[in-house]
Amino acid sequence: MSQVHYLTTPLTDEDIMNLKAGDIVYLSGTIFTARDAAHKRLVDLIENKEELPFQLDGAVIYFVGPTPPKPGEPIGSAGPTTSYRMDSYSPTLIKHGLKGMIGKGKRNQAVKDACKEYKAVYFGATGGAGALLGKLIKEAKVIAYEELGPEAIRMLKVENFPVTVINDAYGRDLYEEGRKQYEVKD
Amino acid sequence: MREIAYDDIVKAVKNMVIHTATNLPEDALKKLKEAHEKEKSPVARKVLEQLLENAEIARTEKRPLCQDTGLAVYFVKVGQDVHVTGGTLTDAINKGTEEGYIEGYLRASTCDCFTRANLKDVIGYNLPAVIHYDIVEGDKIEIEYAAKGGGSENVSRARVLAPAQGPQGVIDFVKEVISEAGPNPCPPIIVGVGIGGTFEKAAISSKYALFREAGKPNPDPAVAEFEKELLYELNKLGIGAMGMGGTETVLAVHVEKNPCHIASLPVSVNVQCHSSRHNHVTL
Ligand code: SF4
Repeated sequence: MSQVHYLTTPLTDEDIMNLKAGDIVYLSGTIFTARDAAHKRLVDLIENKEELPFQLDGAVIYFVGPTPPKPGEPIGSAGPTTSYRMDSYSPTLIKHGLKGMIGKGKRNQAVKDACKEYKAVYFGATGGAGALLGKLIKEAKVIAYEELGPEAIRMLKVENFPVTVINDAYGRDLYEEGRKQYEVKD
Repeated sequence: MREIAYDDIVKAVKNMVIHTATNLPEDALKKLKEAHEKEKSPVARKVLEQLLENAEIARTEKRPLCQDTGLAVYFVKVGQDVHVTGGTLTDAINKGTEEGYIEGYLRASTCDCFTRANLKDVIGYNLPAVIHYDIVEGDKIEIEYAAKGGGSENVSRARVLAPAQGPQGVIDFVKEVISEAGPNPCPPIIVGVGIGGTFEKAAISSKYALFREAGKPNPDPAVAEFEKELLYELNKLGIGAMGMGGTETVLAVHVEKNPCHIASLPVSVNVQCHSSRHNHVTL
């Protein structure tokens, strides 16, 4: 049965081990945005042993490229983007302390294996619910790579941001399990 | 010759672009509500609830439904007794697109396909638009518009089948495409299928199929029957809203059929996510 959790970042190993595929999590605290281009730069920094623009230990990264904010608002619409484009970078970040990723769509085996080995989870947020999710972001600040526009790294403050555990640290996958349950075989 | 001014076209397109980003059309909304009622999985029902709530927030607070505000795609029917004054029709549509995307605080998503550099300062904000023209009788211009996101385009596919594969071959191919797509195109989805014609005709038909009112059957009863069969087959996949498992994966299947060469059977599958933002204006 799916459980509901309320968690605040940074996430600990204990938080992660309590999560199972299909659980609903309301996340609060600070999370960071990054898409392909920013991921590439983060991984390059790690390989060159340089300092990252934020603390990776216990961090949660949200794969999102928001619309421009209207005057007086912290951010525009901000739903998840398709995650597979980050598959080649995520394992390195997980190995260096990343605990959670928020996106939509399937991940590859290497990401799932890294979640299991280093205790991390992949959360799904509802794709196309950008208006609703953008509203739950209370503050947004570009902290690196401003020149990347929607792809810059932003620090977000979120409150009860709704996500579902897709890949947990036990190797389970909600996409596979959920589909099997409702598939009609001939 | 009836004359239509460039500026009037720009204004009409701009207003349509801004309105469509925050207002989910009635047909898509109705289909989402039906899916919410029918869905058996509690997890998927929760997602559908969020989508309905999202549509409400977008409409009342004028926030874009989705952060991927798409590439602008148009199908334009130009009456042959119309003359556009003060500039070309294509320029007017592009200008209206650019102004709409800027004034609506929408995202500029066009980039160079190799360098990936954003083209907003090179060609224009979210330009160029993709425009398909048809010349028809009369003295009006009808502009149909869709804001087409990347997630659902990425899973779309075309293939030229052997004639012997027949309707069953088409069903198998569409099933393969949607099954492989899984959660990625933001289900529940609408599936456009273009059959016949040449390679590109099939692809354009599959796109145009998505401009039809969601769930409205093809006027040809045999094609409408085929749409029903495909819908039933696809929902057996169990993908569900956002791929988390469920009974309501596909909201509608629209098939467009064209005569084709005796040697081939082209099929194209174009996927529309639940954020089915389309609209039209007649001048
Ligand atoms: S597939 Fe559609 S709903 Fe999903 S993120 Fe892209 S545009 Fe938005």
